[in-house]
Amino acid sequence: MDEIDENLRRELQRQGVWVTSMQELYNWGRKNSIWPLQFGLACCAIEMIATAASRYDIARFGGEIFRPSPRQADLMIVAGTVTKKMAPQIVRLYNQMADPKYVISMGACAISGGPFKQGYNVLKGIDRYIPVDVYIPGCPPRPEALLHAFMELQRKIDEQKLSGVDKAAHLKPEQPSEFPVPKFGEHDLEPPANPDLFQPPKIERRS
Amino acid sequence: MTPNPYLFIIIFVGVALVFPVLPLGLAWLWRKFFQPPKPGPDKMSIYECGVESIGDAQIQFRSQYYLYAIIFLIFDVEAIFLVPFAVAFTGLPVGAFIAILVFLLLLIEGLVWAWGKGCLNWYQ
Repeated sequence: MDEIDENLRRELQRQGVWVTSMQELYNWGRKNSIWPLQFGLACCAIEMIATAASRYDIARFGGEIFRPSPRQADLMIVAGTVTKKMAPQIVRLYNQMADPKYVISMGACAISGGPFKQGYNVLKGIDRYIPVDVYIPGCPPRPEALLHAFMELQRKIDEQKLSGVDKAAHLKPEQPSEFPVPKFGEHDLEPPANPDLFQPPKIERRS
Repeated sequence: MTPNPYLFIIIFVGVALVFPVLPLGLAWLWRKFFQPPKPGPDKMSIYECGVESIGDAQIQFRSQYYLYAIIFLIFDVEAIFLVPFAVAFTGLPVGAFIAILVFLLLLIEGLVWAWGKGCLNWYQ
């Protein structure tokens, strides 16, 4: 798929002819109708609710339709502390979402465990099990931050390719759509992280 | 010349068919040519709440719940009739008063019968 020459397109637009490609049309439709999955885990969920309500109004970006079923949702906003008890359910919900699907990791807890990082029962970041598209720091992030993440996600969707080697992951047959659900082990979740997605940072000690 | 009045219904039915079928057809074509299907055990599972389902959906309910439903009806109907009766109590003629007393007696009789039969005991 060849890119349209920008100058030619601008010239045509001046004459009243609008030129677009299948990829742009597809991405335009997709990025402006992101339906989030309706679930919240902790205090970040309150900020997510505020974002959906009239004052911050996520409907301006086409994301107001919070779906109660993962089958109808495009976006998973992991809003809050992910406990180890909850992590398998979240991975399962992610697996049940239809492609293409995106994840926003909202708040310090969903990124890394946040203030509860030392807790025995808190998962140290949801990106150990599912791929995350946008991270928002904050404890909790303000609704503006969530809107910013939403716009970043829209920008990301807009850049996805329909064909070629670097096409979007959901269009590649070899890319997995489901990720293994962790089991409750004796002391921790088994496995503690998905090795295909997450590698713990290695500390090199110099003597 | 006025058009046939059924013409509008035919147009309406046509639009009502095309409107849902066209996007579904487009989505089907899209899936066929662009998006590879990726089914899996989680995605194809029946329940979608994140928790794995336990047991079978086709189970038998105990017949004892039937008795509960009947006794519930006694109290429920009684309450529905008693509230307007109590509101209009001062303005009621004697006949209406006796009528509601007979009605109450019938329901209380049913309750006494159920009690005497042992329906209020819960058997495991």
